[in-house]
Amino acid sequence: MKVHLYERIWMIAAAAVIAIFLGTIAVGTLAQGSQPPSHVETIDPKAVWTDPRFANRGVEELPDGAVRVTGIAMMFAFQPGEIRVPAGKKVTFRLTSADVVHGFQIVGTNANAMVVPGYVTQFSTVFDRPGEYLIVCNEYCGLGHHMMMGRLVVEAGQ
Amino acid sequence: MNGVRRLATAHLAVAVTAFGIAAAMALMQALSRANLDLPWRSPKMYYLSVTAHGVMMALIFTTFFIMGLGLVLTTSALGRRVSHPRLAWASFWAAFGGTIAALWAILWGKATVLYTFYPPLKAHPAFYLGLTLVVVGSWIWSWVVIATYRAWKKEHPETPVPLAVHGTLATIIVWLIATVGVAAEMLFQLIPWSLGIKETVDPLLARMLFWYFGHPLVYFWLLPAYVVWYTLLPKAAGGKLFSDPLARMVFAVFIILSTPVGFHHQFMDPGISSGWKALHTLNTFWILFPSLVTAFTVLASLEIAGRARGAEGLFDWLGKLPWGDPFVASVLLSMVLFAIGGFSGAVNAAFDMNAVVHNTAWVQGHFHLTVGSAVALTFMGVAYWLVPKLVNRELELALLAKVQPYLWFIGMVLFAIANHATGLMGMPRRIYDPSYMGHPAAEQWKALTGVSALGGLFLFTSAAFFLLVMLGTVLAGRPNNDDTVSFAEPLEGPPLRKSIFDRFGLWVVIAVALVAIAYAYPLAHHLSMQRFGSPGFRPF
Ligand code: HEM
Ligand SMILES: [Cu+2]
Ligand SMILES: [Cu+2]
Repeated sequence: MKVHLYERIWMIAAAAVIAIFLGTIAVGTLAQGSQPPSHVETIDPKAVWTDPRFANRGVEELPDGAVRVTGIAMMFAFQPGEIRVPAGKKVTFRLTSADVVHGFQIVGTNANAMVVPGYVTQFSTVFDRPGEYLIVCNEYCGLGHHMMMGRLVVEAGQ
Repeated sequence: MNGVRRLATAHLAVAVTAFGIAAAMALMQALSRANLDLPWRSPKMYYLSVTAHGVMMALIFTTFFIMGLGLVLTTSALGRRVSHPRLAWASFWAAFGGTIAALWAILWGKATVLYTFYPPLKAHPAFYLGLTLVVVGSWIWSWVVIATYRAWKKEHPETPVPLAVHGTLATIIVWLIATVGVAAEMLFQLIPWSLGIKETVDPLLARMLFWYFGHPLVYFWLLPAYVVWYTLLPKAAGGKLFSDPLARMVFAVFIILSTPVGFHHQFMDPGISSGWKALHTLNTFWILFPSLVTAFTVLASLEIAGRARGAEGLFDWLGKLPWGDPFVASVLLSMVLFAIGGFSGAVNAAFDMNAVVHNTAWVQGHFHLTVGSAVALTFMGVAYWLVPKLVNRELELALLAKVQPYLWFIGMVLFAIANHATGLMGMPRRIYDPSYMGHPAAEQWKALTGVSALGGLFLFTSAAFFLLVMLGTVLAGRPNNDDTVSFAEPLEGPPLRKSIFDRFGLWVVIAVALVAIAYAYPLAHHLSMQRFGSPGFRPF
């Protein structure tokens, strides 16, 4: 098989570009601990309202100073609808769905997750900028999908 | 045309009709997302329309077009009739019947679940059965093409198969591997569940099976466009194919890398561990490679065309290309749009950045550049070239056909830029109304949703021109008997000996092995977990 010189150069360059992409991702993974978000935990979707893990919905302060937010997504609202968290602290979200698949996205931040019935979504993030943020459902969940919203208030530190 | 004229015409007729229906619905959507008040605007109509648009464009228009084009390419390149004409018709009628069933369910408001049909949203059984029938039809078609190829191979055991057929076979292999996922989802989960035989389904398992299918689906759309870029475009532009062997390599790489990448659609999903998501990310980046090689070979082939037309400088060959030819212009512009779409795709695949754009309007901007332009605009160009041959008439309303690709290009640039930008600003996709009760964050999207709507107007006008040209050609085109389908010659002549890239069996084995590595463990692990099913919901 004959390959022209320019073709060969191009293929090497293409492979190098891809390797660089992957390299930056690998550096992020190793140096900053960034990796694809993941959490494996199941729950009976028919019993989320009585499950002890989701009995205390809202914001809790943990002994180590971090904050935990527990919430349920349902057609067409988030429970609770308003969340207040302190700025600059680690916030861990624990979410599940009472019915269909929903999304949970805090506009203007990188908090973005799928909420799948039967599973618990968990991820952590830090909000640096105090202010009021819009939470939207970003997965189609029925005719009220575009009205499914919530509010996050990030409060400046004491 | 070796006896496939009527078959191919039937396939293209369904494809073009589906495109027309979907384009009309799209206009309404683009205007609705800018919050323009239209008569009958309602959430029910909107989501029904998005379902119809997604299914008709992404599943029906593409599949029928690919089946029709595949029959023409195979029979023309091999110079023989299709092996089982009756089966070929059976495949058409199965897929057509399935389309009607699914469309009925959608238009009657019984299946507003969007084209991804994630459970526990539950559609009418006719929707799932109909789409399954479309896939069954495509399987029969695959078999017909393979049988035709094997009959040819028996007579030519030593000759490498013509490149157009090589690419078509690669498309079919990708499709056969991919559809295993959606078939399993339909047969084991959705159909029994919608018929009431099963009480509940596991929504995450369904998503894993769907995206096992959903990403290679993208290559099922794209590879036929690549076949056109490699084998028809250089000819139409007056040049030669720069490298035949590398094109074969490209198709072989797609066979092995198309499927083990599906988790990149599920970065934000719970229930799948990080390591497996990372492995799929690795594969995802390598699948950029064959597309980069394609860019080189196609551009080099076009340079040959430009020089054959008298270009002498470094870049003036670009200007010498026949930009006024509707086929060539459509394909060239589709490639420009694809280059932008490929860039935003690389962003999607990097999981850190995915968190910012996942399920936002960005995604909608991305796939309208890729399937909505690289594929759809290429297919429209092919229609300008092929339909006259199929119906033995000249292209009618040629002026509209000349303008149409440019309108699409302008419309898509506006639409894509606006949607990428609103996506970065956090605007979700798949929403009827972006106002969020006047929230300040949503106010910022406003000007851009207007730009997107303007793009939609251009796109719709372009689609209407395309439909008018098709209709005009079929009904009123001047008679013309030219039905030759000829392919670009490789610069160094057709290959004489088979290479490793012609050994489909080998590539299938590697592909299956990679799929097993990427999916067997995560799936087995998933199935062994204690899981709870969901009952169905119909919030529409
Ligand atoms: C006539 C030109 C077109 C216009 C104006 C248009 C417009 C739109 C709009 C506004 C949406 C967004 C719906 C939403 O997320 O709320 C959409 C979705 C979509 N479009 Fe198009 N589109 C066009 C052509 C195409 C083509 C040619 C294809 C593919 C062949 C395509 C495939 C899709 C798909 C797959 C969706 C996703 C539906 C979903 O999210 O469920 N579109 N289109
Ligand atoms: Cu929702
Ligand atoms: Cu993908």
